[in-house]
Amino acid sequence: MPFRSLSDIKSQLDAGETTAVDVAKLYLDRIKAHNGDLNAFVHIDPPHVLAQAEASDAYRAKHAARPLEGLPIAVKDIFCTLDGPTRCCSNILEGFEAPYDAHVITLLKEAGAVLVGKTNMDEFAMGSSNETSAFGGCKNPWNTDCIPGGSSGGSAVAVAAGLTPAALGTDTGGSIRQPAALTGLVGLKPTYGRVSRRGIIAFASSLDQAGPMTRTVKDTAMITAVLSSHDSADSTSVVDAPSFDWLKACDAKDMKGLRIGKPKEYFIDGMDAKVRQLVEDALKQCEALGAEIVDISLPHTEYAVAAYYVIASSEASTNLSRYDGVRFGHRCDNPEDLEDMYARTRDEGFGSEVKRRILTGAFALSSGYYDAYYLKAQQVRTLISQDFKAAFEQVDVIATPTSPIPAFKSGEKTNDPLTMYLADIFTIAVNLAGLPGLSQPCGFVDGLPVGLQWLAPAWREDKILHAASAYEGATDWHTKSPFGFEPKQAGGNV
Amino acid sequence: MSWEVVIGLEVHCQVNTKSKAFCGCSTEFGAEPNSQTCPVCLGMPGQLPVLNRTAVEKSILTGLAINGRINLESKFDRKNYFYPDLPKGYQITQFELPIVEGGYIDIPTKDGEKRLGVTRIHMEEDAGKSMHEGLDAVSHIDLNRSGIPLMEIVSEPDMRSADEAIAYLKQLHQIIKFLDVSGADMEKGQFRCDANVSVRRPGEPFGTRTEMKNMNSFRFIKQAIDYEVNRQIELIEDGGAVKQESRLWDSVNNESRPMRSKEEAHDYRYFPEPDLPILRVTQEEVDAIRAGMPELPSQLRHRFETEFGLSPYDADVLTQTQALSMWYEALVAAHPVNPKQCANWLANELLGRLKDMNKDITESPISAAAFAVLLDRMEDNTISGKIAKDVLDAMMETGQSADEIIEAKGLKQVSDSGAIDSIIEAVIAANPEQTEAYRGGKDKLFGFFVGQVMKASKGQANPAMVNERLKALLG
Repeated sequence: MPFRSLSDIKSQLDAGETTAVDVAKLYLDRIKAHNGDLNAFVHIDPPHVLAQAEASDAYRAKHAARPLEGLPIAVKDIFCTLDGPTRCCSNILEGFEAPYDAHVITLLKEAGAVLVGKTNMDEFAMGSSNETSAFGGCKNPWNTDCIPGGSSGGSAVAVAAGLTPAALGTDTGGSIRQPAALTGLVGLKPTYGRVSRRGIIAFASSLDQAGPMTRTVKDTAMITAVLSSHDSADSTSVVDAPSFDWLKACDAKDMKGLRIGKPKEYFIDGMDAKVRQLVEDALKQCEALGAEIVDISLPHTEYAVAAYYVIASSEASTNLSRYDGVRFGHRCDNPEDLEDMYARTRDEGFGSEVKRRILTGAFALSSGYYDAYYLKAQQVRTLISQDFKAAFEQVDVIATPTSPIPAFKSGEKTNDPLTMYLADIFTIAVNLAGLPGLSQPCGFVDGLPVGLQWLAPAWREDKILHAASAYEGATDWHTKSPFGFEPKQAGGNV
Repeated sequence: MSWEVVIGLEVHCQVNTKSKAFCGCSTEFGAEPNSQTCPVCLGMPGQLPVLNRTAVEKSILTGLAINGRINLESKFDRKNYFYPDLPKGYQITQFELPIVEGGYIDIPTKDGEKRLGVTRIHMEEDAGKSMHEGLDAVSHIDLNRSGIPLMEIVSEPDMRSADEAIAYLKQLHQIIKFLDVSGADMEKGQFRCDANVSVRRPGEPFGTRTEMKNMNSFRFIKQAIDYEVNRQIELIEDGGAVKQESRLWDSVNNESRPMRSKEEAHDYRYFPEPDLPILRVTQEEVDAIRAGMPELPSQLRHRFETEFGLSPYDADVLTQTQALSMWYEALVAAHPVNPKQCANWLANELLGRLKDMNKDITESPISAAAFAVLLDRMEDNTISGKIAKDVLDAMMETGQSADEIIEAKGLKQVSDSGAIDSIIEAVIAANPEQTEAYRGGKDKLFGFFVGQVMKASKGQANPAMVNERLKALLG
């Protein structure tokens, strides 16, 4: 059970072979057994989880099951929830309990999901290894010496280690796709504007988007179908976003007629050769499934990381101004005056990576530098969007590696932020252009999972689901589970 | 050599929407501190702004009224600074591309009308209020005001005296009141002004300006500008130089002082607000707003002068507020024979009495229709103007109609020549010396006899008939 897909569990629940309470108990037991090592969850409230499961079973007894009835889903600590603390894995939100649910949390609840708990993440989603969390890093179950990627590292670990069948993450520059790739999962960043951002603690408003992390493509579609809903309280949530039948889009068995773009800027020297080979192999498999591989170019790709760090940091520098010790969260002891309160509160509350980005962003926006940094970065952003637009005139989808390298060792890059930033080199452009992107497993390098990334035009997640489903159907990478986390066979908690 | 004063004004005006600029909280003034707040205007994590449509419409309406150009695409930006009454650590405003650009306001001057340019009107949100007074070692914050929509109306540096600045502000204030886009109550901070002041020798480039802040009455604004102009001239004439700075007006000591440099040393790090898309309005929407625009004070003044023959002074007095102009028009409708008489009596008698009662026209105890009846009774000679004033007093006091009061107090004017003659005869009989003197050629005494007759008739004798009959009987 623990490594079964969400849709399998749904089938069992629908068939009456198990109950939401039994499913919840199973995962709670696994969390109890493994979370101490992995540190995937930063907050769990087992009685509350069971209460939700009981309520779901009661609902199912009287009504037709809702789309996610009784299914356990963990959420990143970035989602505000009425229940329990919301910390964004930062000390600055010490003691904070949101008096509201994020809109997507409401949608999950309304769909019958059982919320399992809050997962670990890089502080304020700033990081690619989950090592900037105020609660400490979490471990990649495929190799516990390694990081799971970030910033949605806890969600990735929780699903990969079978502590929950699915989780929500957020993706500002790859924070869903990169950890999904590094832990062998499927993760989708939807088109910007498809999923409400209300109640999700903002990192970079023009880039943030929530999405699922699951074992299979269909599971991702199931959850995204629920999350895709206009929210009139989020002005960037698009009214009448183009939609389609999310589950049907996963029925594809082949890729006949599908034109897949292979951008040369994503297959480069300096990336891990084995990773590159696995993605090339995957594309060969796609060809065998009927796809046509088209060599394309996205010429402004090399500027994406620089532009991203200017834009994301600029937005973050002001989004994080509200953490000032005045109304909620951490406040320093015995401030001498207002300035001392601000300075010490924020110095004590924020970790070093968050401070680095606030400083970077404040600098980029400051008078005299705005044109050279922020404005220039926005111009690059436009060029990157145009690159994609031109490319999608030739092809239906684009395929790339998700990450240039597999999971690396904990602590290996923490003192070298620039190298760390390059971990997102293949995921960032998508956020700048607001496009959908999905990572799915396509093999292993030295026992560590590697991700294949699919990109599509805005609102065409269906094309991604088509390609990813067909590939998944022809491979078994998604069925692998990490050694050491198998369910105990005897006397145990199956 | 003389000095020329250069003044530009920035007016922050609260837009009188029911709910705040970016959330659904009430904007009602005077509620319990922090009772009109929600996660959005408290700046809580993950909360997002949704623009108030009415605030946009009212800003457009104001832009049209000052002859501005409405930008069909405008943009919101963040203005970043830390202060405890600014919950998000930034104010949502329009920096680069405001909703209104260009425009002007005409002011009356002794040399005729002068046209003063308006640079722009942009939308933004108000901050909360910090309270330090009377508190020991703590400050309190009330966020009820946080997120209330504001318009910032920025003028060109076109004013050349404090008087012109005040005239501009009064015109603007009046327009805003007419449009019903703001309560514009200065005491409640709904209409606040900052003034940029500099001096120069005529023909020279602009001098260094200072910004005068914290002025919440026309009187203080004039005082502050005059003070600043003198300060700058003295400074320069003594060989010094004006320093660009913000200064606070201290209305208690009648002086300004520079704000601490920390208070003004801001780099606001403006950048586009990523939580709000570009604000788009259509030409059709703008046209519809224009079609619904009420008559503006300048148009009304012009119409009152041409249609009713009012003097510019009376027309100005009666167009101070929309309510007053409407009251006047209702009065003329009910008493159409003499619009000028309506204006005189409304402006001099009724408004004077209301002022003594500390009331405005909307709180008048008598209606325009009731007031018209009083004017009718003067017109048909039932009462004299002097008696009418007494009747008006009684009307204001009791709320009774003019006719009821005239009837009850027996104030009907005496126009019967027989009755008047007998009063005159009695007066002549009682004043033989004066009669002798008058008849001896002392014409000036005629007024004495009029007064005596009116007194004897308790003011009820028809003054025209008294004149006529006195002349006949005194011979």
